[in-house]
Amino acid sequence: MLEPTSWAGLAPAVAEIYLAIAACVILMVDVFAGRRWPRLTPSLTLLALALGVALLVLFGQVSGRVVLFDGLYVEDPLGYVLKLAGFLFLAFALLYSRAYMQLRSIQRGEYDVLALTALLGIFVLVSANSLLTVYIGVELLALSVYAIIAFDRDNAVAAEAAMKYFVLSAIASGALLYGMSLIYGLTGTLRLDELVARLSDPLTPGVILGLAFVVVAVCFKFGAVPFHMWLPDVYQGAPTSMTLFLSSVPQIAYFSLALRLLTYGLDGAVREWTVMLTPIAVLTLIVGNVVAIVQSNLKRMLAYSTIGNVGFILLGFVTGTRAGYSAALYYTLVYVVMVLGSFGVILLASRKGFEAEELDDYRGLYARDPLLALAMMALMFSTAGVPPFVGFWAKLRIIQELWATSHLALVIIAASVSVIGAFYYLRVVKLLYFDAPPAELPTAAQPSAVRLALAVNALAVIVLGVLPGPLLDLCARLLR
Amino acid sequence: MRRIADGGRDGRIDMLVEILFYAFATVLVASALGVIVARNPVHSALGLVVCFITSAAIWLLIGAEFLAIVLVLVYVGAVMVLFLFVVMMLDINLEELRRGFTRFAWLGWLTAGVIVLEIVGVVISHAFGVDVGRGPLPEPPGYSNTTELGRVLYTQFAYPFELAAVLLLVAIVAAIALTMRRRPGYKAQDVSRQVAVRARDRVRLVQVEPEKRA
Repeated sequence: MLEPTSWAGLAPAVAEIYLAIAACVILMVDVFAGRRWPRLTPSLTLLALALGVALLVLFGQVSGRVVLFDGLYVEDPLGYVLKLAGFLFLAFALLYSRAYMQLRSIQRGEYDVLALTALLGIFVLVSANSLLTVYIGVELLALSVYAIIAFDRDNAVAAEAAMKYFVLSAIASGALLYGMSLIYGLTGTLRLDELVARLSDPLTPGVILGLAFVVVAVCFKFGAVPFHMWLPDVYQGAPTSMTLFLSSVPQIAYFSLALRLLTYGLDGAVREWTVMLTPIAVLTLIVGNVVAIVQSNLKRMLAYSTIGNVGFILLGFVTGTRAGYSAALYYTLVYVVMVLGSFGVILLASRKGFEAEELDDYRGLYARDPLLALAMMALMFSTAGVPPFVGFWAKLRIIQELWATSHLALVIIAASVSVIGAFYYLRVVKLLYFDAPPAELPTAAQPSAVRLALAVNALAVIVLGVLPGPLLDLCARLLR
Repeated sequence: MRRIADGGRDGRIDMLVEILFYAFATVLVASALGVIVARNPVHSALGLVVCFITSAAIWLLIGAEFLAIVLVLVYVGAVMVLFLFVVMMLDINLEELRRGFTRFAWLGWLTAGVIVLEIVGVVISHAFGVDVGRGPLPEPPGYSNTTELGRVLYTQFAYPFELAAVLLLVAIVAAIALTMRRRPGYKAQDVSRQVAVRARDRVRLVQVEPEKRA
């Protein structure tokens, strides 16, 4: 039965409770006041995110593992940090996309509500301690994301992207459920912390089959090869503001999905799932980085770049050690910072009636908009893994951990695809600075607050790169 | 169907339950056949309704009254009505649908064969002494399935239950955001504006100079 809980006992779950209430309140405000004051809902949402951070810092801190809701929910310092990051990243994503959406008159209050419920789904995944909560978190996030992709309903390409993602994601959900039901049927528990104890060595074939389905679902969510087909089409087809959202904040959820399911729940099968993940990670690295070279569309190129980066995150899991997972955590956080900035630049370079999507649109951006070009240069250098930018440390940590666990072949592959990857990131920098701008391209007048946010974002890439210590220590401490 | 086989009940009730089971099962199988062989899609849909109702009756027999009620309410009451609605609204070209039928028939036969093999496997596993589930144990008198479900839903599973509610909310918001639109030339009446209207909004008194005949 349920342990009696007081209100104070629910404090570790403050972020989820608050977010559910906030989404409902903002929905109601938007229904009644949204048409008269269309700028109210976005501002209120940003305010709600700030309030969420405050509440989380005041009430949500935990020192160890706290299990709530009859074992379905777990909160630990890792969850706390990931939730803070979720609030912060979503605030940046909404800030960047605001002007873009207003110009294209797709700014409606439902977008903010759906973004908040997606964040709630992410938090549920971050704090999941049961296969049931994992599944509900995945669905809550996915359902919000489908609607967000198709949000511009007059845009046929976006609708196609949403449909593709919906159908494929439903198959992945089916695989996840099938794997979970096999594992549940053979172990008799849904709780991840009990699952660890019940997985006896050697594993039965049924458990391994279930594990395979779970790994497929996790890889689909990440967009790992060969389950990556949806990703470039969705990234290119969705309006850029939506692409910004779905490429950034949900990465936290996918990382948590892999972490909670594979390294917490199925830790007993670590040998089996590292064997399954290794070829997937290698293929992901190679396909992502090589195919990105031939792309002429920047959004599509960044989509393949995402696939390549997912390969690195998976390599962190392949090590099968806590230090490796902490490297993957570091990589995920750093990658989200970089991808937020990169898509932010695309948003700021676009204007009404013109989408700065093609690589050619960035020729000579330096002459037109030095700040934007400077930010993009820092972000591209960082994603390529050039020191002293933060992306370098992220790649280095993964390679270090691979070396420590004597995966020599993987070290060589990771290093060589980084070199291949550097080519297409640096090509963007060349376009920005050394090519002549095309004849007719007016400069965009963007609100200064958004430019400031982008500057902060680009600065973070540099500062975190020069002083990588604190964040590295934090990631190592969270996963000790 | 050897479930109710102990204390207080005699063999006649047992037999009655068995007769009921076979009666419902026959109707179920017959209507399921009807669903797939009927030429008219409306007949198929109606056959499916009969299927749902008879399976609800079978669930009642094993004491799952809540699920039985929900099956009738949700599937018959909501899903099938929607289904029929769509069938009647859309002009479905049956020839188009039937075209690929024989081409994929082997896939259907293969699936059916696998399912038959599985059922045979379960049935004959008794003979090898494998303990397959004998169905739920009989509940004590006064036991209410619905109460018990409510009890776990609001205590043990309160967290996922609330989250499922949020999931439904998201579905509603998404459906409205993606489909409801206000077109510029939309002719619907806005009742609140009609009620709030005043005479001076509608009638404007203008001083008109009398026209002089030249």
